[in-house]
Amino acid sequence: MSEALEALNELGAVIEAKRADQVVGWSVAFGELTVTIRPDALPGFIEFLKTDRACRFSTLVDITAVDWPSRDERFDVVYHFLSMYQNHRIRVKCAVGEGDMVPSITPVHQAANWFEREIFDMFGIIFKGHPDLRRLLTDYGFRGYPLRKDFPTTGYTEVRYDEVEKRVVYEPVSLVQEYRQFDFMSPWEGADYILPGDEKADEAKG
Amino acid sequence: MMDGGKGFEDAKTGEQQIRNFNINFGPQHPAAHGVLRMVLELDGEIVERCDPHIGLLHRGTEKLMESRTYLQNLPYFDRLDYVGTMNQEHAWCLVIEKLCGVEVPRRASLIRVLYSEIGRILNHLLNVTTQAMDVGALTPPLWGFEEREKLMIFYERASGARLHAAYFRPGGVHQDLPPALLDDIETWCHAFPAVLDDIDGLLTENRIFKQRNVDIGIINEEDILNWGYSGVMVRGSGLAWDLRRSQPYECYDEFDFDIAVGKNGDCYDRYLVRMAEMRESVKIMLQAIEKLRAPEGQGDVLTRGKLTPPKRADMKTSMEALIHHFKLYTEGFHVPEGEVYCAVEAPKGEFGVYLVSDGTNKPYRAKLRAPGYLHLQSMDYVAGGHQLADVAAIIGTMDIVFGEVDR
Repeated sequence: MSEALEALNELGAVIEAKRADQVVGWSVAFGELTVTIRPDALPGFIEFLKTDRACRFSTLVDITAVDWPSRDERFDVVYHFLSMYQNHRIRVKCAVGEGDMVPSITPVHQAANWFEREIFDMFGIIFKGHPDLRRLLTDYGFRGYPLRKDFPTTGYTEVRYDEVEKRVVYEPVSLVQEYRQFDFMSPWEGADYILPGDEKADEAKG
Repeated sequence: MMDGGKGFEDAKTGEQQIRNFNINFGPQHPAAHGVLRMVLELDGEIVERCDPHIGLLHRGTEKLMESRTYLQNLPYFDRLDYVGTMNQEHAWCLVIEKLCGVEVPRRASLIRVLYSEIGRILNHLLNVTTQAMDVGALTPPLWGFEEREKLMIFYERASGARLHAAYFRPGGVHQDLPPALLDDIETWCHAFPAVLDDIDGLLTENRIFKQRNVDIGIINEEDILNWGYSGVMVRGSGLAWDLRRSQPYECYDEFDFDIAVGKNGDCYDRYLVRMAEMRESVKIMLQAIEKLRAPEGQGDVLTRGKLTPPKRADMKTSMEALIHHFKLYTEGFHVPEGEVYCAVEAPKGEFGVYLVSDGTNKPYRAKLRAPGYLHLQSMDYVAGGHQLADVAAIIGTMDIVFGEVDR
């Protein structure tokens, strides 16, 4: 196992040495190599990973994004690659802000097409140079970006078949009971509850 | 431009002005294996372009997962690829165990291997036989489904559910297997190859089946890399890539099995690979049963710790165990901060989970990487230039289930 870790550490160092201007940082955690790069380096860096003899990350495994609303650069776009020849994996991350354009990697990996469409659909991140950036998984004519943290799980609209109008109608969501979102955090572990009556203690002091 | 004209319009008579034909394949087509809507542009009977519209089964699994605890999320994995369900649960358990650094007891590990292989046979039986149905054979599904029925009873006897098992849990499996169940699985393993031979006899040298599958949907090494294929789509073209062998997880490295590899990369070779894989799975299952009966294979099926419930008997006498049980099923366990990606060789290919944890009892973000998603994406490339009837054969051979494509 430690041999594999050493190889990953070595690979990380090699990548950083070869592309020092593009790599922001790299780390090995849980036996996985993560390289953080600048978004403008994108298609070139991926091309390098694909063709370099030591890397040969020729298979695109996955692209996804993670939303961190409190950060300045709100999204992390995360790429996973696999090399069937060297039998190793890599994760490439880059941070992008809301409204930033991310260069598409479809010219390097054709398989990125639907992944990028899905991210556009779910997070609203626009990929520059993508051949066909339409929504993919959501309904025709859907609005909003569901996987952003500020999008409610219930959504905004609901559909039903209207017997009178004889067609499917869209309506704002109306819940018969409040959406139940339980917070199971224990009061001893930093949950910040305001219990009814607590405010009297402050009043008594002040 | 949908009128197939490439100049020369002036020289054509009215009758010669032929335009391409657009048809909707699905979403209610039986050969679409679910709810696929595909817009096909046909030139006569040749497919010029094909645009799959997916998302008709999109249930927002990834969004829902963000507001549920880790344990509550487990059953969602059954509902992704609902054909070989436990293989997906496996991936979820593996990511959690990797982040928490939990070791699974040996017996649980063996049971997982046993049931993953049952899942693989369940999947391949469905795929091989319904693909044969798509190209015109009626009997194979009837024979194959009879065996699937028996396997689902094994699922039921272990977990109580025939499809949506929720049997693999972080830290092991939910319940131990009774010895009688192991005996019955063993009996089945000895009887099953004869059924495979029967299906083999129906299909392998069948003239119609070969005419519909040989040289259809040929995939070479370059396509595999370009489109990110995995699983049988890779092995059918001659690359011996199997995560069970190349990046072993659980205790697959102890098992003796061969990796079936195709030669031509067409639909027919992929059918042969699937048939051979089922025989290999039976081999693995028999070894797993052997190991489960050995003295080293005895013991607990759950790592007793924070991830798993205490024993029922302890709860009757120990206050701490009772509290632990209550907290586990309300608050759930906390997973340390970090991000990991874990993949298993699901029957359809590489099924992976990318988990970002912020240290609470719910995943901050979980991305499910389904193999069928990448396979379907290349539909335009693979089906282009083939005849309309071949589209059904190609969808079948790609082994697409919409539960996992749409998530």
